[in-house]
Amino acid sequence: MHAGLHDGNKLMFVTTAYAEEAAPAAQAGTEVPHQEGGHESFPPFDATTFPSQLLWLAITFGLFYVFLKKTVVPRIGGVIEERSSRITSDLDQAAKLKDEADAAVAAYEQELAEAKTRANAIGQEARDAAKAEAETARKSVEADLESKLAEAESHIATIKTAAMKDVGAIAESTATAIIERLLGKADKADVAAAVKSAAG
Amino acid sequence: MAADKVDPIHQFQIHTIVPLHIGGYDVSFTNASLFMVIVVLLTGGFLYLSMAGRGMVPTRLQSISEMCYEFTASMLKDAAGTQGMKFFPFVFSIFMFVLVANLLGLFPYFFTVTSHIIVTFALSMLIILTVVVYGFGKHGFRFLKLFVPSGVPVVLLPLVVAIELVSFLSRPVSLSVRLFANMLAGHITLKVFSGFVISLSALGAVGVAGAVLPLAMAVALTALELLVSALQAYVFAILTCMYLNDALHPSH
Repeated sequence: MHAGLHDGNKLMFVTTAYAEEAAPAAQAGTEVPHQEGGHESFPPFDATTFPSQLLWLAITFGLFYVFLKKTVVPRIGGVIEERSSRITSDLDQAAKLKDEADAAVAAYEQELAEAKTRANAIGQEARDAAKAEAETARKSVEADLESKLAEAESHIATIKTAAMKDVGAIAESTATAIIERLLGKADKADVAAAVKSAAG
Repeated sequence: MAADKVDPIHQFQIHTIVPLHIGGYDVSFTNASLFMVIVVLLTGGFLYLSMAGRGMVPTRLQSISEMCYEFTASMLKDAAGTQGMKFFPFVFSIFMFVLVANLLGLFPYFFTVTSHIIVTFALSMLIILTVVVYGFGKHGFRFLKLFVPSGVPVVLLPLVVAIELVSFLSRPVSLSVRLFANMLAGHITLKVFSGFVISLSALGAVGVAGAVLPLAMAVALTALELLVSALQAYVFAILTCMYLNDALHPSH
């Protein structure tokens, strides 16, 4: 403990001593008083070591600076630059692809809508055509039926007329047969006249 | 007595590995130089090799490098705008150097490069000189507008200019002392508590039992020092960014 305190005092003393001589040293630049404190002094303030430290610091730090400037910084900077430009271009490409995909979706949807309207139109057309065709077919069938009906009616009428004609003859023959059975004999002319008057 | 064996200052001592003298100056390759080399090789090697794959999808190590890069880049962009990005290699170097030097210093027996004021001061001066040179180069004398905030009454102007000047000149000092003092104090505290563990354990069974406390403290302090290492590197770098912003946009 005692040793530590003692060293602390020594350090403080040397620091204040140094501070006083630091100002002229700063103005004098790198030139430092050569003989100041022997080897017994606190090592960091032993000026006899300064030339060696300065020279070797200049050599090592100088080479270090040149090496970093010429080789290391361009290398690291190049890699970082390349990476960031790669990321940017990748993002750009992704955005471009997304735009393309969006455009494709829009085109698809538009085509879909067009196809739907076209399908509707075609359906409507087909329905109309079918309806019209059905209508004509119905009409022709109806006309056919009508004509057939008319034909049938006229046929019936002829048959009826023929039948009505026959009815007279049948009535005459029936009346003749009845009268012959009742009276034994019949006058065909009278019977015909009577039937005719009855038929009206 | 026993505590004397664990000198908390010892870890900051610099000793020569390869003696070298140029023009009367002792510029020997020392343990400090060795750790500067290690920091630079480790950081540079990691940043280089982790990016070897240049993967579009990063590996774990690659993402560490990229995080450091993007962290520094966003810090600089926030503080100094897009124009500040021309200083990016500079700020990135400073941030990585200080960060790795701080973190590496936490390993036992490792030397902490940033625990020496001359190193942090040299880095600070480098930053301030960059600001001054670039500021005058870009804006000429309009750079001096930095010291003359707009909208200040003429009466107060000399005072304000003086304050601005002093604050500008104190920047390298505060920048370097902040980092240096944090590293120094943290390492000394760690060493002192670790020293307690050793000295107490020497006292026998009771001492060993008592040593648990400073040991727990040392563990907690290590965690704190990790935070401080990263935080101080961040503070150093963000202040660099803000000072560079002054050079880029001198008018407030």
